[in-house]
Amino acid sequence: MIKQANLLFAASLMFCLSVVSPVRAHLEGNTPPPHCQLSFLDGKLAEGWEAMKGEVVYVDFWASWCPPCVKSFPFMSQLTHEFKDKGLKVIAINLDESVEDAKEFLAKRPVNFPILIDASKQCAQDFGVIAMPSTYIIDKKGFVRHIHRGFRTGEAEELRRLIEQLLIEEI
Amino acid sequence: MKVTHFIVISIILFSGATLSGCAQIAPWERGNLAKSHMALDPNPLQSSIRGHIYGSREAAASINSAGGGGGCGCF
Repeated sequence: MIKQANLLFAASLMFCLSVVSPVRAHLEGNTPPPHCQLSFLDGKLAEGWEAMKGEVVYVDFWASWCPPCVKSFPFMSQLTHEFKDKGLKVIAINLDESVEDAKEFLAKRPVNFPILIDASKQCAQDFGVIAMPSTYIIDKKGFVRHIHRGFRTGEAEELRRLIEQLLIEEI
Repeated sequence: MKVTHFIVISIILFSGATLSGCAQIAPWERGNLAKSHMALDPNPLQSSIRGHIYGSREAAASINSAGGGGGCGCF
């Protein structure tokens, strides 16, 4: 009986752990990004990742209430300013529960890169977003090459170096 | 026994595993949780000032009072 109870306890524990930490898709490496249905703030549908092949794409998932996201905005503006002509595309995907929050945020902080809306949050789920902000860097071949979670000031240089390196790469 | 016991224990353990109050909150669902009034201490400045006033009136030295207690009410 005790043996059976122990076995059951072990089985329940394993079940608990499997519920707590579900397996997530790992995109980093030679994996293309998942297909996403995204739209602009005015409701127009955005083009898919396939249309951006040949460019390095910096995809950033953000929300207006997230302080590190606020910190990352000047960095993304700077990246766009410096590397747009060299083939970098910065795309910020908003995950606010209300689009109005995003619009209010952007009215205070105008940006020079496109803002997309993931209304169903399906894109964030497929990308496996577990932190805010989450950054995915897609190379010219259309593969996710780097995943970065959070944003601290010291990490900006590292990201910049990686982007420069990806921009040099041939298709 | 023991079948009944076994069934009862298995039901308890299984419900313990499944009915736990834990829920995964996706990052994009944390907007309301991120609001300042949802923090454990929603007004840290007010709390520290109150702590300082309280500490200055306590007999023992407090971490909140620079003068070190004594109950004199000195700030």
